[in-house]
Amino acid sequence: MPILMGQLPLADWINALVKWLTQFTGFFNAITNFIGAIVNAFQWVFDLIPQWLFIVLILALTFWATRRGKKWSLLTFELLGLLLIWNLGYWRDMTQTLTLVLTSSLIALVIGIPLGIWMAKSDIVELIMKPVLDLMQTMPAFVYLIPAVAFFGIGMVPGVLASVIFAMPPTVRMTNLGIRQVPADLIEAADSYGSTSWQKLIKVQLPLAKSTLMAGVNQSMMLSLSMVVIASMIGALGLGTQVYFAVGRNDAGSGFTAGIAIVILAIILDRITQALNKGQQHS
Amino acid sequence: MTAKVEVKNLTKIFGRRIPRAQQLLSEGKSKAEILEETGATVGVSRANFSVQDGEIFVIMGLSGSGKSTLIRMINRLIEPTEGEIAIDGEDLMTLDKNGLREVRRKKMSMVFQNFALFPNRTILQNVGYGLEVQGVDQDTRDKKAHDSLELVGLHGYDDQYPQQLSGGMQQRVGLARALANDAEVLLMDEAFSALDPLNRKDMQDELLELQEKMHKTIIFISHDLNEALRIGDRIMIMKDGVIVQTGTPEDILTNPADDYVERFIEDVDRTKVLTVANVMIRPNTVNIDKDGPRIALRRMRDNDISSIYVVDNERRFVGFADADDVAALIQQGNRDLSSVVTKREVPITSPDTPVRDLMDQISSTPVPFAVLDDQKHLVGIIVRGAVLGAIAGNEVTE
Ligand SMILES: Nc1ncnc2c1ncn2[C@@H]1O[C@H](COP(=O)(O)OP(=O)(O)OP(=O)(O)O)[C@@H](O)[C@H]1O
Ligand SMILES: [Mg+2]
Repeated sequence: MPILMGQLPLADWINALVKWLTQFTGFFNAITNFIGAIVNAFQWVFDLIPQWLFIVLILALTFWATRRGKKWSLLTFELLGLLLIWNLGYWRDMTQTLTLVLTSSLIALVIGIPLGIWMAKSDIVELIMKPVLDLMQTMPAFVYLIPAVAFFGIGMVPGVLASVIFAMPPTVRMTNLGIRQVPADLIEAADSYGSTSWQKLIKVQLPLAKSTLMAGVNQSMMLSLSMVVIASMIGALGLGTQVYFAVGRNDAGSGFTAGIAIVILAIILDRITQALNKGQQHS
Repeated sequence: MTAKVEVKNLTKIFGRRIPRAQQLLSEGKSKAEILEETGATVGVSRANFSVQDGEIFVIMGLSGSGKSTLIRMINRLIEPTEGEIAIDGEDLMTLDKNGLREVRRKKMSMVFQNFALFPNRTILQNVGYGLEVQGVDQDTRDKKAHDSLELVGLHGYDDQYPQQLSGGMQQRVGLARALANDAEVLLMDEAFSALDPLNRKDMQDELLELQEKMHKTIIFISHDLNEALRIGDRIMIMKDGVIVQTGTPEDILTNPADDYVERFIEDVDRTKVLTVANVMIRPNTVNIDKDGPRIALRRMRDNDISSIYVVDNERRFVGFADADDVAALIQQGNRDLSSVVTKREVPITSPDTPVRDLMDQISSTPVPFAVLDDQKHLVGIIVRGAVLGAIAGNEVTE
């Protein structure tokens, strides 16, 4: 069979591409420094806040975000959950994980929303982006570690970037979806009164896409949280590292406790972002 | 009167192989043939018409006949394949993006079938939207938006959201939004179709009342012949993208251009017996509390009539004045109309009287019937021609 005669050197090509890209050290260093600065800033703030104050702030944020909704069970859960993390000695790991998640979500948002808008405005861009997003999301997340290390070394920054690639698609997709879902007659109304495309975007499309868009942001955040163990393999610190080490030591107990801490953090982040989204819809 | 909106050879073809479809169109092929041969859909085929300043111009036609496409080409929400559109003599097709935006901001406003209010904005912000995108400052636009809401009879809803209002109220907001930026041309695509019959009638009245004050040029799409007859100064009927007839309501009723138009008229009459409300037209009036003899005379001259109906501030019917008497009044230097207003010869009827009941009297009375509602407001008049036309149409079906 002719198809078996020669293996397509796809892997070699990709290696060549990665190698070729690594020569732009200046560019990658700049990115590393920039993201490193964001990471450090978050971590600096989190280290500054004493545990008890941090817990109070989280509770206050939840209280404010849920407004009229049911809140007491969530508040109790948060209080007990955070106390447990503190008690288990995972506090700093938890804040490091939080830093990783917040930084990658922030970047996913800053890149993902404009991409989603672009995708919504152009059918061609949508056509191209859809398979790319599918690829980004279905490619095993481990695969991103390799070029991430090649370009950015080891540590928090490559961890953040691998998470961004894995976690960004929902934000892009949902931004696109949210904008495309805006009823056609509202777009016609905006156009017929002489809006510029920018005015239409800011005054009509984005506000009406907001809840869909926020659901995407929430998903992105959860996905980046699911990356923390993988990211720890290239030196991103946090709860993921604890799980990773526990695997190495065959220590089921620590593995589970660190895992539970991740779950607690996930639930808190999820409920707060959802509450923020809901609360904003009718104000 | 001058042409406010002028449309020449306006064509829209949807789909692919447009040049080929255009060629077939110019060879006189029908919409169906062109679809068969090229797969392209003819939305509107070489439409020619002009709408006069201050006129309510109603476009009718079955579903898919191209009404929405046509009205959306007038503000270029749909880009024409071919043809010309001029507003006040200014060719819209030559405008660039900025020029077009200016025209949309200043000259034309649109009212939509399903209201198309922005759910994230309050009523006041919805109405002020057109001004907001023009960069008008908040105080000015809030004030104008508020005035515009008052104009359509909505008080105290400024800070509510559209979902909180009933359909009829939402469409009032839609109308207020269109009025807020003082555009001279209103484009209304089945603006009242989503409303229940009572609300629809109210809105028609509202529109006529506003039109009396504001003298806009209104292009109004309707499915409903009764509505078209009530509000239209002229009616244009479309079929498969082609204009089949344009004329006054009377023209259409008395001389339907072809079977299609005839069926259109029949349909309406078969479904319900005509009432006075269906055939009454807008009267020319003077307001006795406000207008003097000079205004009265001028209005009669402008409209080529020899007498005029007189109402008070609240549009309650007062009577009727003759041109000769009014002229005499002016000669005497008298500024008060009341001495020449007479009530005597005017026959009076109510909106829901069946037209048949009036047939005998209509041919014998010298002046049109005045149609008064329960509160004695003058809501319309009945002229002989319109009624005869309507009845003639009626008899075809029996
Ligand atoms: N975007 C489009 N793409 C393709 N064909 C279209 C498009 N818009 C309208 N058409 C076609 O153009 C023709 C005219 O449609 P249009 O919506 O103008 O009709 P209409 O008279 O407003 O009908 P209705 O009373 O149902 O609102 C129809 O055959 C329709 O299928
Ligand atoms: Mg339509």
